[in-house]
Amino acid sequence: MSSDEALKKLYEIAEDIYEQLNRGEIPRMHLAARHKGNIVFNNKLGVWKYGENMITRSAKKLDGGYMILRTLYIMEFIKEMIKTKKSSTLREMYYISEGWGLAKFHSQDESNKLAEDLEVITGYLREDFKLRPEEDGASVIGNITVEEINRKGKPMRINCRDDVGDSGYLIPYYVEKDKLKFKDVDADFVIGIETGGMFDRLVENGFDEKARAILVHIKGQPARSTRRLLKRMNEELGLPVVIFTDGDPWSFRIYASIAYGAIKTAHISEYLATPTAEFVGITASDILNYDLPTDKLNDRDIAALQAELNDPRFNTPFWHGEITLMLQIKKKAEQQALAKYGLDYVTDTYLPEKLTELGVMK
Amino acid sequence: MGIAHEMAKKQREISVAEFFQKNKHILGFDSLTKSLVVSVKEAVDNSLDACEEARILPDIFVQIEQVGKDEYKMIVEDNGPGIVRKNIPLVFGKLLYGSRFHALRQSRGQQGIGISAVVLYGQLSSGKPAKIISKIKEEEVGYEVLLTINTKKNEPKVIKEEPIIWEKEQGTRVEVVMKARYNRGKQSVFEYLQQTAIVNPHAQITFVEPDDKKTVFKRVTDELPPPVKEIKPHPHGIELGEFINMARATKAYRLTSFLTSEFSRVSPRIAEKVCKIAYLYGDMRPQDMSLSEARRVLEAFTKVKLMAPPTDCLSPIGETLIKKGLKNVLGSLRPGFYAQPITREPKVYSGNPFIVEAGIVYGGELPKDQPVRILRFANRVPLLYQQGADVITKAISSVDWRRYGLEQRGGQGIPVGPAIIIVHVASTRVPFTSEAKEAIADVPEIREEIELALKSLGRQLKMYRVKKERKKKLSEKFFIVNQLLPEIARKSAEIVEKPVPKLEPVITKIMNVIWIDEKIEKDGKMIKITVRIANFTEKKEKFDLYGDCPIGEIVDTDGEIQDDYVKWHVEIEPVSYQYKKIVLKNASGYGETNYYVDGINPSKVIGAEPLPGDWGIKMDFVEEIEEVEEDEQ
Repeated sequence: MSSDEALKKLYEIAEDIYEQLNRGEIPRMHLAARHKGNIVFNNKLGVWKYGENMITRSAKKLDGGYMILRTLYIMEFIKEMIKTKKSSTLREMYYISEGWGLAKFHSQDESNKLAEDLEVITGYLREDFKLRPEEDGASVIGNITVEEINRKGKPMRINCRDDVGDSGYLIPYYVEKDKLKFKDVDADFVIGIETGGMFDRLVENGFDEKARAILVHIKGQPARSTRRLLKRMNEELGLPVVIFTDGDPWSFRIYASIAYGAIKTAHISEYLATPTAEFVGITASDILNYDLPTDKLNDRDIAALQAELNDPRFNTPFWHGEITLMLQIKKKAEQQALAKYGLDYVTDTYLPEKLTELGVMK
Repeated sequence: MGIAHEMAKKQREISVAEFFQKNKHILGFDSLTKSLVVSVKEAVDNSLDACEEARILPDIFVQIEQVGKDEYKMIVEDNGPGIVRKNIPLVFGKLLYGSRFHALRQSRGQQGIGISAVVLYGQLSSGKPAKIISKIKEEEVGYEVLLTINTKKNEPKVIKEEPIIWEKEQGTRVEVVMKARYNRGKQSVFEYLQQTAIVNPHAQITFVEPDDKKTVFKRVTDELPPPVKEIKPHPHGIELGEFINMARATKAYRLTSFLTSEFSRVSPRIAEKVCKIAYLYGDMRPQDMSLSEARRVLEAFTKVKLMAPPTDCLSPIGETLIKKGLKNVLGSLRPGFYAQPITREPKVYSGNPFIVEAGIVYGGELPKDQPVRILRFANRVPLLYQQGADVITKAISSVDWRRYGLEQRGGQGIPVGPAIIIVHVASTRVPFTSEAKEAIADVPEIREEIELALKSLGRQLKMYRVKKERKKKLSEKFFIVNQLLPEIARKSAEIVEKPVPKLEPVITKIMNVIWIDEKIEKDGKMIKITVRIANFTEKKEKFDLYGDCPIGEIVDTDGEIQDDYVKWHVEIEPVSYQYKKIVLKNASGYGETNYYVDGINPSKVIGAEPLPGDWGIKMDFVEEIEEVEEDEQ
């Protein structure tokens, strides 16, 4: 079981720290640098991963000292959870650390970050450490039947069109095969939608049936389980994935994290990213072509766009063209701006046009 | 009677009283508050000068009593040599009477119009005579004199004079009632005395305010400033009128001998040369020189090479004593840092020797968001008025303090921050902007010297801030080695089920310093200081540690008491702690002890400064001390 292996790995770290102290060395841990400058494209996996740059956290500095001590405490905590077959949310871990003396976390950011650091160091997932996020995944509507092992350990079959209400099938935080299986599917593609308003519009307009689509509400920056589910549907069911977001720099990043991998989680990109995912819109060209109502870019938007020009993930002719164009017109638009032409415009005209262009719809 | 006679009658009536009334503002009596400050200043300056001349450690008592609405009595009493009976009326009752007019030397008395003006002001504003008591050592009794000034004749008028028994061996006491207003704070009697105490650390000054509040500015050194020497004027520093007066009064028969005997740095050869350039006979009588001839002589002097005037006539306060004076007076503000004050080498401006001294204190309870306080001094006298017009203020404003860590908009103007800057200009002739002698004129040579001194202080300030920053970083490490690391060792040992490893080698690798800090506890009326010395290096270390307590009296310590500091000889094993103690009394509001080390590379030590080079050196040698430049780096 991977939890045991993860624990073994953590034990090795504790052992290493002990040995360093025993040799009279300042204890230290090495891990990949987690910033934009240290992600490289992995040709074999088709995703962006951390590069060679390593950083050292040593007990010479306050941060490093705390990290090492906390790692030791977490190790013990995880050991205990595995023994008692429990898991804990990241927030619970934050509260449990109250009893850790000096190792106590001072904010939840600290505990979240350490959980990620441990993934980077050990190569295991936080789920292997019995840690989970409290955020739920998003929802799915479409003609796909899944089998989920429920909390009582029983398999449950759910058709995501017929067995669910208007809000759809809620994606659990853990979506590996031992928890969730795909049983049957009758659809041509998967469409991830950024905003709840647009998701509801597509549901109400019956776009799933009309276009033979599986609608996934990705809820802004998508949770790991949502990204993982998109990847599994793409790989296991062979469905193309397209992403439909607002037309602003932040939405471009949502797409990038789904297709190329997020900088924060580049250590598990091959597990979360869907390299073949396509961006539908809203693009800067859409703003011009469809003459959409817009807002002016603010200073933060402009800075974000400029940062994207230096982001290796956006280094393609398509993205350079779109980002530069957006900087030129200094405008952004929401998905729902399409309502300018009526409520059905998005499902009757915009999406069919765009998706045909991408070869997803015929 | 003709108009001319009428006028002549009036002309006679133009008396000193009228002159005084018309020129009150020039003399400094232009407001009720200022009149009181100026009066105290005249009296105290006189006392200090007299004591120094007589080589007596001054003990000065000042009291202000309210006697009516807007009417106050000023009392100033000293332990000076006293004044012989027949001179008392002249000193206090005749304007412009004094001995210092032709003497060129560094003295306070240059700066005022004299105590008689105070007597006159009191008489004109309150109608009451001044009371003087004075006793000289050689006589059994002192004399009490009540006097006024005959304003028509500028002569003293003695109202009463009688011998009295005075418990003092010697001294002088002046009491003058005057119209005045008393306040505390800026430009007050209190401020004047406080600042006087800073630059006269050899004086003890006691001050009693109208509400009977008593403040004692304690003497911090028993060393009197060395006696000042008189020098002859240097030809480059003399004005035409003065030159003619000297020529009229000289006893010399020939111009050349007048020049060589009454001026400094004029050799017979130079005198001949000057006469030649001025087209004058060296044998002419100097008394016969005309205005234009005198002017030619002075012009000729600018064309010959002259040695600069001697500078040994100046008496700087000295770096050690400035620091002591500042600590003594400002200790209650608990500044975090006293820069080593700077005493520059003597320099010359238009024939007048001068010397610049400067100091800075920083931090503590000084206000952070206000312009720095500037303390200006000329020949050991505080300058309270006309700050904006002073060369000291101009020099401070033109230094870019931002690079030294003070705020300053655009790198110009008076900087903002928790600091006090003190500048002292000593000279045989301080160039004032006006007769009121409240601000020093912007003379380029003086300004340059002040700026150099300030920059050197600025560098020290910056270094202090860098060190403080370093200490902050190290206190983080202190936490790491004392708490975090032992916890990591314990926990990792627990997980791998092995004995807890020894941490000493890791600790020395992280720290590698000698760490000195202190804990201050209040124990009843005592202050107990526990000094912690931690050796975080790999080696046993030996050094001397000095603790300098800015206030309080040492009651108990495990070190040696030497003068006003404590010395320990420390021998400390690697990765170990030692504790030392000092117990103080009369130290309420104690801030922090200053620690110094000797016999160890100071860069290895956190929490103590290298022992200053001039520690314990007596006043006589202070002039020899080299300037503290950047060599501390």
